[in-house]
Formats: sequence, structure tokens, C-alpha cells
Amino acid sequence: MTMPSPPRPASVRALFWAFSWLALQGFGGVLAVVQSELVDKRQWLSPEEFVEDWAVAQIMPGANVVNLSLIVGDRYFGWRGALAALAGMLTLPLAVVLVLTVSLAGVADLPGVQGALRGMGAVSAGLIAGTGLKLIVALRTNAMGKGVCAALAILTFIAIGLLRIPLVWVLLGLGAPAMAWAYYCLTAQLKGARA
Amino acid sequence: MTAWGWHELATLFLHFVSLSLMSIGGAVTTVPEMHRFLVSEQAWLSDGQFSNAIALAQAAPGPNVLFVAVLGWTVAMNAAGGSAAGADAWALAGASVFASMLGIVLPSATLTFFAARWGQRNRERPTVRAFKLAMAPIVVALLVATGWILAGSHGNWNVNLGAYLLTASSALLVWHKRIHLLWILSAGALAGVMGWV
Repeated sequence: MTMPSPPRPASVRALFWAFSWLALQGFGGVLAVVQSELVDKRQWLSPEEFVEDWAVAQIMPGANVVNLSLIVGDRYFGWRGALAALAGMLTLPLAVVLVLTVSLAGVADLPGVQGALRGMGAVSAGLIAGTGLKLIVALRTNAMGKGVCAALAILTFIAIGLLRIPLVWVLLGLGAPAMAWAYYCLTAQLKGARA
Repeated sequence: MTAWGWHELATLFLHFVSLSLMSIGGAVTTVPEMHRFLVSEQAWLSDGQFSNAIALAQAAPGPNVLFVAVLGWTVAMNAAGGSAAGADAWALAGASVFASMLGIVLPSATLTFFAARWGQRNRERPTVRAFKLAMAPIVVALLVATGWILAGSHGNWNVNLGAYLLTASSALLVWHKRIHLLWILSAGALAGVMGWV
């Protein structure tokens, strides 16, 4: 399913600035901003594409949003795009965090600063959860079916959020059978299409 | 503390290289190992400096992996005698930041780059399609669980109800309204300064 010429970044430079801008907005984590900028605002990705790329970014080692920037950048401009998106994601935020490290050395313990950090931390927890809830729409067309998707999502939430099982085990324990089921659904679909 | 040189920079670089490919779920998952090496084994920075580096990078804009840069900066500055020690200290800290970030990013980024390319080239293969379909509900739930875990650090419900309300309302706003995220973050910072959370 391809839409007729969906919006895309105009140049490698535009890609760099887009990722710089979204990284600089990401207080307490960039994921919520990536979703809202790339999917809601710029519409470079559909919710479904975003979840697919996010799955790869998440399962590979390394920072998720860094991985995602590589994947999206490569999609549009090859390795130059990947480098530009990666550089955008890291360069300016790196400068900011180092300036903060040097300048905040004396004031980090002030109650006002501590309070602001606490408040922003509480918000960023909500932003990540809310982004997850928003992406549920991407599951509507999933070939595994709504019931299976809901069961997988609930089991994942219990395993990670409540039982605190390490991610690797959850990916193996739930991901592997889910993949087998998805494979079965896909081949059944293909057979149905042929018959 | 002994003077820092190429040997220490290389040691630091290789330490982060060795963790890069293990950091499934983000660099944060290897924090215990970093703490063991940098604080306990090498004694390059204090416990408090280590925690502050992570807290600062998490609050600052940008990917959370930047805490590695702050760690690199701090260990070099400690070794060089602080930012007042002059240009040499700044140069060493800069080199240390570069070595640390390169070490943590390069291996995983290279692997991800080629794996994603392979996946993109073979996206019509049933196994690749099945992988993406299967992972979708898992990663969506993972995000909600991450928010849940982060909210759990607010502590007791009765004591810190404000923080829980702030988290819940932020989640609802992102979910249902198209509001600029910076507004929500500013409101959170303000609530924190006022002492409501």
C-alpha cells in the first residue's frame, strides 16, 4: 500500500535540521517528539510505518531514537541521510548537555531546579505512555487480528511494567510465538488470495 | 590521581565499545555495568557524580544516551583537576566525550544500519513481514510500560498524588489532543518549581 507521493524531506540538510529540531525539544526523552513531528506534523511516516521502524530500532542494540534516526535517514537519502539524521539527533543536544554540565555544576541542588526537574520527569513519563496509547491505531490493520494484538500488548505490559522481566526474555518469550502466529496468518491470507 | 593520556582514553573507548552491542533497550540498560567499571573498579568518578550525570542528561533535551558524554566529560575533568585547570583540561574532556560517544554509538549504529537495510530490501519476505507484524503490539505496549515504570519512581500514591496526576494528564493530552509537547513540559516544570509535585 503506497500513497501517492507522501511528504518527504527536501534534502539531506533539511533532514539534519528536522532531527536537530526534534531532538532539542526532547526533554526527558525524544520518542514522543519524534512521533509527533514525523507522523502527526510532517507526515513523513504513517503510524503503521512508524511502529514498524520503531520495532526495528527497539530490538537492535543502542539508543532507540538514535537507531530510528538512522533508519529514517537511510530510507530517504541512503548512508548520507542516515549520517545527517544521526548527526542532527546528537550534535546540538550534545553541545547543550555539556554546557548544562559545566554551568549547572553549582545550582543543581537548588530546590527550584530540583522541583523543575521533578515536574518535567513526571510529564515525560506521561508523554511516553501517551505516545504508546496513541500508536494503538497502528494495530487496527494488523493481520494477526485484534484479539491476538490485544493479548500480546497486555502480556507485554504485565511482563515489563509489572513483573519487570528483562526485555530480552520478553522479546524471546512473546515475540517468537507471535512471529510464528503472524507467519501463519500471512500464509493463510496468501492461500486465501490464491484460492 | 594519575595524569590521563591516550591509554586511559583508549580504555574508556573500549569499555563503551564493549557495552554498545549489549545495550538492547537503550544504553540505559548497561548503566549497572558502567557504574561497576567507572565508579567501583577504576574510581574515575564518585557515586554522586555518576547519578548526577544520568539525571542531567535525562532532563536535558536530546537522546538519553548523552549521559555517556557527560560521564566521559566528568571522568576527564576529574583526572585533569577540574574546569579551572585550563585549556589542557578542556581539551582532554573534549577528547574523552568524543571517545565515549563514538564507543557507545558506533558499533550499535553500524549493526542497526545494515540490519535495517537488509530488512528494507527483504520487506516482502514473509519472515520479515511476520517479524514486523508480531513486534507491533509488543513495542506499543512497551512504550506504555516504560511510562508506567517511570511514573512508579514518584513513590507513594498518598504522598505524591500531584506527580501521578501530572503524569496521567500528560499521557491523556498526548493521546487525545494535538498540543505542542513543550507546553506540557513547561507546565510540568512550573508545577515542580511551585512545589505541587
